[in-house]
Amino acid sequence: MKVLVPVKRVIDYNVKARVKSDQTGVDLANVKMSMNPFCEIAVEEAVRLQEKGVATEVVVVSIGPIQAQETIRTALAMGAERGILIQTDTDPEPLEVAKLLAAVAKAEEPRLILMGKQAIDGDNNAVGQMLSALLGWPQATFASKVEVSGDKAKVTREVDGGLQTLEVDLPAVVTADLRLNEPRYASLPNIMKAKRKTIDIKTPDDFGGLGEGHLKVVKVTEPPKRVAGVKVENAAELVAKLKTEAGVI
Amino acid sequence: MAVLVVADHDNAELKDTTLKTVTAALAISGDVDVLVAGKGIAAVAAQAAKIAGVRKVLTTESDALGQHIAEALSACLVPLMAGYDDLLTPATTVGKNFAPRVAALLDVAPISDVLEVVDADTFVRPIYAGNALETVHSSDAKKVITVRATAFKPAEGGGSAAIEAVDAGPGAPHTRFVSEEIVKSDRPELAGAKIVVSGGRAMGSAEEFHRVIEPLADKLGAAVGASRAAVDAGYAPNDYQVGQTGKVVAPQLYIAIGISGAIQHLAGMKDSKVIVAINKDADAPIFQVADYGLVADYKTAVPELMEALTAAGK
Repeated sequence: MKVLVPVKRVIDYNVKARVKSDQTGVDLANVKMSMNPFCEIAVEEAVRLQEKGVATEVVVVSIGPIQAQETIRTALAMGAERGILIQTDTDPEPLEVAKLLAAVAKAEEPRLILMGKQAIDGDNNAVGQMLSALLGWPQATFASKVEVSGDKAKVTREVDGGLQTLEVDLPAVVTADLRLNEPRYASLPNIMKAKRKTIDIKTPDDFGGLGEGHLKVVKVTEPPKRVAGVKVENAAELVAKLKTEAGVI
Repeated sequence: MAVLVVADHDNAELKDTTLKTVTAALAISGDVDVLVAGKGIAAVAAQAAKIAGVRKVLTTESDALGQHIAEALSACLVPLMAGYDDLLTPATTVGKNFAPRVAALLDVAPISDVLEVVDADTFVRPIYAGNALETVHSSDAKKVITVRATAFKPAEGGGSAAIEAVDAGPGAPHTRFVSEEIVKSDRPELAGAKIVVSGGRAMGSAEEFHRVIEPLADKLGAAVGASRAAVDAGYAPNDYQVGQTGKVVAPQLYIAIGISGAIQHLAGMKDSKVIVAINKDADAPIFQVADYGLVADYKTAVPELMEALTAAGK
């Protein structure tokens, strides 16, 4: 069974995003970039399926600038077999990303697409659901447990109020939530080995091209800032302030 | 132009998030209908019919809809959208699951987690864990939008909309419900609670989390939350998680105990009206957003807080 894992290069999750003064976006110049944490979890899950003998090949695809090769290389060092980079310097919106990935899926014919539930830059939480719709496949989002057997996957999902378990027929799209697994650190020998693995560099036109886009960013602004309040000396003073000053209890 | 609000409910009760989403919908159009899709949802539909400003309540039922299966909801919604310009639903795990699927089937760009309706085509939404706000303009004639309910006031009651049944659609032939584990609790729901008491990694164990956080929450009639670190460590269940990837809350009072205040946690609670932080580390980032900070070990501070609340008649 082939598993396809789309991954995204984003601002490192430990870096605080700063809005550009001209309000056109977030300043990414000289900022540390990494694989989106949810994508890393998806790669780990795919590699584990391979180690269990369930997956036979793990293919990683990324859409982004030439530097996104490094992100793919990280996934190859974790154990994926080969990579595809769809090179573009634009920042395509989720619908366009889903369309490109659907074209990749048609060419690669995976039985399972495992991907992060959201990227921590746009925070859309949309591509997996859209991809599964475009392919006409079932979807199991926000996964905290995935068991594949034969032509089916049993997926436990993190939902409001608890957990829901679904069974989907393959092929399917599964999106990873935080607690699906803890991604491994690539070992040095595996990092070296990853350097010899193949990354095919393609363009959006190889997969149907990029559309005009339906959304236009008017501006990006800083959220209203909260200012630090006062320190209280003890619990009694805290309760007094909450009661009389804030009026919340 | 008409807007369809897809109601958030558990088949028994209409959630407050639906009322808030109706407020967002009314900022777009005066013609707002509500769809209640589920199983055994007569009571929910009756509650929806009472929302002021709602024109009509549509109902549709099947087992798969009752289990909130995204494929079933989408199959039901796509034909219905022929009669609507926009679809709005709260950004719950159900809404986030089906809304992008509907958008893709309609070939439109979904707009996630809307905080503000600027006009019928322009919306404000958080990006980068709420560290930036993006104003987006959509050129789609039909729009599919998830709404961050905490950013809107609930719509009033007193309405009396007509209720009309619609087709449930073909269901989800490739997806089967296996089971669910929903945590039963007498406490208010985290997302809509007026007071939230959250515990962090400092608790050190699940036993300590229960011992310290829950009695305080119960004393205040509060919901219980947790930081990602506490959930990852197994001190609290996943649905307690407040943060960028967990629940976003905006209660009247948020009490953070033993939580350092990682960016992703702040993203989930910084719109609370009043924030209280109790942490023994005076340099913890949580104090930068707290209205009232108490630098103390929770082990002594929480019992003292319980006593002070009792003394204050709580």
